[in-house]
Amino acid sequence: MTAHDRWIHTPPRKSATFDDYSIAEIRRAAATGIYDIRGAGTKRKLPHFDDLLFLGASISRYPLEGYREKCATDVTIGARYAKKPITLKIPITIAGMSFGALSGPAKEALGRGASAVGTSTTTGDGGMTAEERQHSKTLVYQVLPSRYGMNPNDLRKADAIEVVVGQGAKPGGGGMLLGQKITKRVADMRRLPEGIDQRSACRHPDWTGPDDLEIKILELREITDWEKPVYVKVGASRPYYDTALAVKAGADAVVIDGMQGGTAATQDVFIENVGLPILSAIAPAVQALQDLGMHRQVQLIVSGGIRNGADVAKCLALGADAVSIGTAALIALGDNDPHLEDAYRALGTTAGAYDDWHEGRDPAGITTQDPRLSARLDPAIAGRKLANYLSVLTLEAQTIARSCGKSHVHNLEPEDLVALTVEAAAMARVPVAGTSWIPGKNG
Amino acid sequence: MPTIDLTNTTLRELNGALHKLSHESNETLWRVLNPRGLHSVAAGIDAPIQVEIEGHVGYYCAGMNQRAYVVVRGNAGQGVAENMMSGHVHVQGDASQAAGASGCGGLLVIDGNASARCGISMKGIDIVVKGSVGHLSAFMAQAGNLVVLGDAGEALGDSIYEAHLYVRGSVKGLGADCIEKPLKEHHKAELQKLLSAAGVNGSVDIGEFRRYGSARKLYHFHIDNVGSY
Amino acid sequence: MCGIAGIFLKDHSLEPKLGALLAGMLTPLSDRGPDSAGFAVYGEPAANHVKLTLRAPQGYDFERLLRAVGPTAVPPEVYDTHVVITIPDERQAAIVAQIDTMPDVSIVGQGTRMTMFKEVGRPEQVAKRFGLDRMSGTHAIGHTRMATESAVTTNGAHPFTTGPDQCLVHNGSLSNHNAVRRELQRNGLKFQTDNDSEVAAGFLTWKMGEGASLAQAMEASLGALDGFYTFVIGTESGFGVLRDPIACKPAVMAETERWVAFGTEYRALVDLPGIDSARVWEPEPAKVYFWERH
Repeated sequence: MTAHDRWIHTPPRKSATFDDYSIAEIRRAAATGIYDIRGAGTKRKLPHFDDLLFLGASISRYPLEGYREKCATDVTIGARYAKKPITLKIPITIAGMSFGALSGPAKEALGRGASAVGTSTTTGDGGMTAEERQHSKTLVYQVLPSRYGMNPNDLRKADAIEVVVGQGAKPGGGGMLLGQKITKRVADMRRLPEGIDQRSACRHPDWTGPDDLEIKILELREITDWEKPVYVKVGASRPYYDTALAVKAGADAVVIDGMQGGTAATQDVFIENVGLPILSAIAPAVQALQDLGMHRQVQLIVSGGIRNGADVAKCLALGADAVSIGTAALIALGDNDPHLEDAYRALGTTAGAYDDWHEGRDPAGITTQDPRLSARLDPAIAGRKLANYLSVLTLEAQTIARSCGKSHVHNLEPEDLVALTVEAAAMARVPVAGTSWIPGKNG
Repeated sequence: MPTIDLTNTTLRELNGALHKLSHESNETLWRVLNPRGLHSVAAGIDAPIQVEIEGHVGYYCAGMNQRAYVVVRGNAGQGVAENMMSGHVHVQGDASQAAGASGCGGLLVIDGNASARCGISMKGIDIVVKGSVGHLSAFMAQAGNLVVLGDAGEALGDSIYEAHLYVRGSVKGLGADCIEKPLKEHHKAELQKLLSAAGVNGSVDIGEFRRYGSARKLYHFHIDNVGSY
Repeated sequence: MCGIAGIFLKDHSLEPKLGALLAGMLTPLSDRGPDSAGFAVYGEPAANHVKLTLRAPQGYDFERLLRAVGPTAVPPEVYDTHVVITIPDERQAAIVAQIDTMPDVSIVGQGTRMTMFKEVGRPEQVAKRFGLDRMSGTHAIGHTRMATESAVTTNGAHPFTTGPDQCLVHNGSLSNHNAVRRELQRNGLKFQTDNDSEVAAGFLTWKMGEGASLAQAMEASLGALDGFYTFVIGTESGFGVLRDPIACKPAVMAETERWVAFGTEYRALVDLPGIDSARVWEPEPAKVYFWERH
């Protein structure tokens, strides 16, 4: 190259639209003829809780002292209709994740950790295992479109029932488990042939619509003699209407899962392009409850991208009664841990990016059915880690609540929050910091 | 023999009483009067008793039934015997859609017609319909047997796994991955047992039935099957 | 989501009981439709006259409105927030134009035989407010509403009128109604709500305005409307039923020598006379059903 050439040569410029990821994905699709399937939730940057800040105590508000001046964290779910509502010590629960998606030791670890701090775990799209019931002091049993593993004995053994209409990663989609994870045990529980790719229904087989959901909920109550709280879970999509309809259908609690919520496996395009960020779903859901006079009578549990105690506190401040964690719980157990970097490299990925959970080759032993891999996860140690993490979430939320002068985390309210961006302000319906402007509400 | 009249007893009282029965109870025969389309009648029983329901029931009659023998002397609404685990449910009239949905065991007999989605998501239940079944019957049927003496509607056995389907009349259309399969001797024997259990004896020629089941082409995703998805 | 009830009498001696029968059908459907209710009753026509059912807010002074309309051969009937005026055909256009100038008054329905009533509230209360149990006629359809994606308002309640003597009630959820509404608006139709059911009613109106029979319009809706639905449609001479091809929403019919009835759940039919020996069946998907008197 001559000096002249060097002078007129412009540096190569990549397209923002056809970025490396998009190009690679097109090439992969052309080579394989199948959509990309992966686990976890949306990886896109979205308006989230980081865009909200708390207004701590100052001259007009006074904080609570740590330790001495209690900040309570308990929550009761299900008092609307259930004879035996459940009381949790902390407003953070473990979301539904199936045995099948997760290994046996992982489910046991979740149970141990949750029970140690007085909260609940949830079964998933595969039924209840004996170990899970044994290790979870409070267990929520999901009723899903697939009805894998559904049976009345487990229904009666559960502490609460969660009718799943959908989840945040794929509102409108059904479960997915590929052949490599359908081991004999998983297959037996689900009554499927071993080793095949599970096709799942996206609608319930015996009801469609909130008017018939009401009748289904009544059936579940009749079968369990009205003892257990019934939750209705939806992926964040039309949160105002979905919440109102869940209330009208007779739910004790509504669970809304934002698009950050993880899945064991589904199409990447589904995860990234369908559903709402959780930040935009909470205020409409709370509004629906308030419009019906049911806020705090029907509990609201939100999930999708909860990472730290500040996220917990912000959800509660926006009006939720509790939050649920999934991805964060798995990370606490050891998912995507850097000490397994060599193994991640061998899989073509790196710690923090590993999401091919559908392949069942998880080096951490969490999203796999391979006994050699799952043996690496010691449920007692992992359970301890989860308990630690849940305790930190709680302490962080209490710290923030105390700084806002609250003796109970439920006394956090939207007026304790401001937003850093116009989008977050509009979605959360709190003012832009330093102003009184709530886009869409007062200007 | 307790007789419960649902015009002056609540559903809760009926189901509560049925749930309290232990296996030592002598109250093994129950009559239920005037169901008048109520939902979830006799849902969640777990006892080897007999329950005779005089009239039409609404949705989810005998839902999640275990061990009981439930007779409906009338029609049944949506989801009769849904997720039944064991036992025997007999509908003497017609059944609405999703009859036997996700049933895992036991026998469901329908003397009349069943509607759409009969046996949807079935996981081991045996269903015998003496009349016809509607569209999308045996949708995603995983295990168990569906026997239809009459006709079947569109998309029979769509996305079927390993359930066995036997239809004596015409089939309007087969669903994705559902094909006709040969009716061999051991299938005939299975069919004979099911028909006997359903009280259909002698008058029916087994040879008139055709067997349908999974082509197993959708068990692993392949781009060439994209038209089926 | 919702509940639908409809009844068509074959036996004239039952006509005085029509309203009572329908009221009895709406009550068990309240669980699945607690927000609001409405019904259309097809009664005795008056030759060369048309009935207008008008609605105004609670406490409205109907006297003023009736003075403006002027005397009519058939006395007006006030039912709570609604009033039925029976006017000569030749005066209809003028009176409708007059009512259009009254901002608080809306025309709920019009026809030679159809009167229509709807309000927010529990269905039993709504039926009581209008004295449904005292109404008589040859056929009636009713609806109990659980609002899904639109507000609980009186305008949002069903039935929706598609034209003279015609109305529609709907159980289900359309998924392309916004696009269809825009198209119909381009064709000149006006809509009062963002309700998907109103779009279905408008589609049938438009199709029939283009020359299709009701049956043809219903057939056309199978292709034009997407989603899950059961429609029950009332006309001057009878009623029609249509379920979408996927047919997830429930529908039960019963028939005796004296009547034909429709209910979203069998529970709605249990008090009809002779129900124990009635033929009970479910309408097939994607098939237009119609009953009329000749």
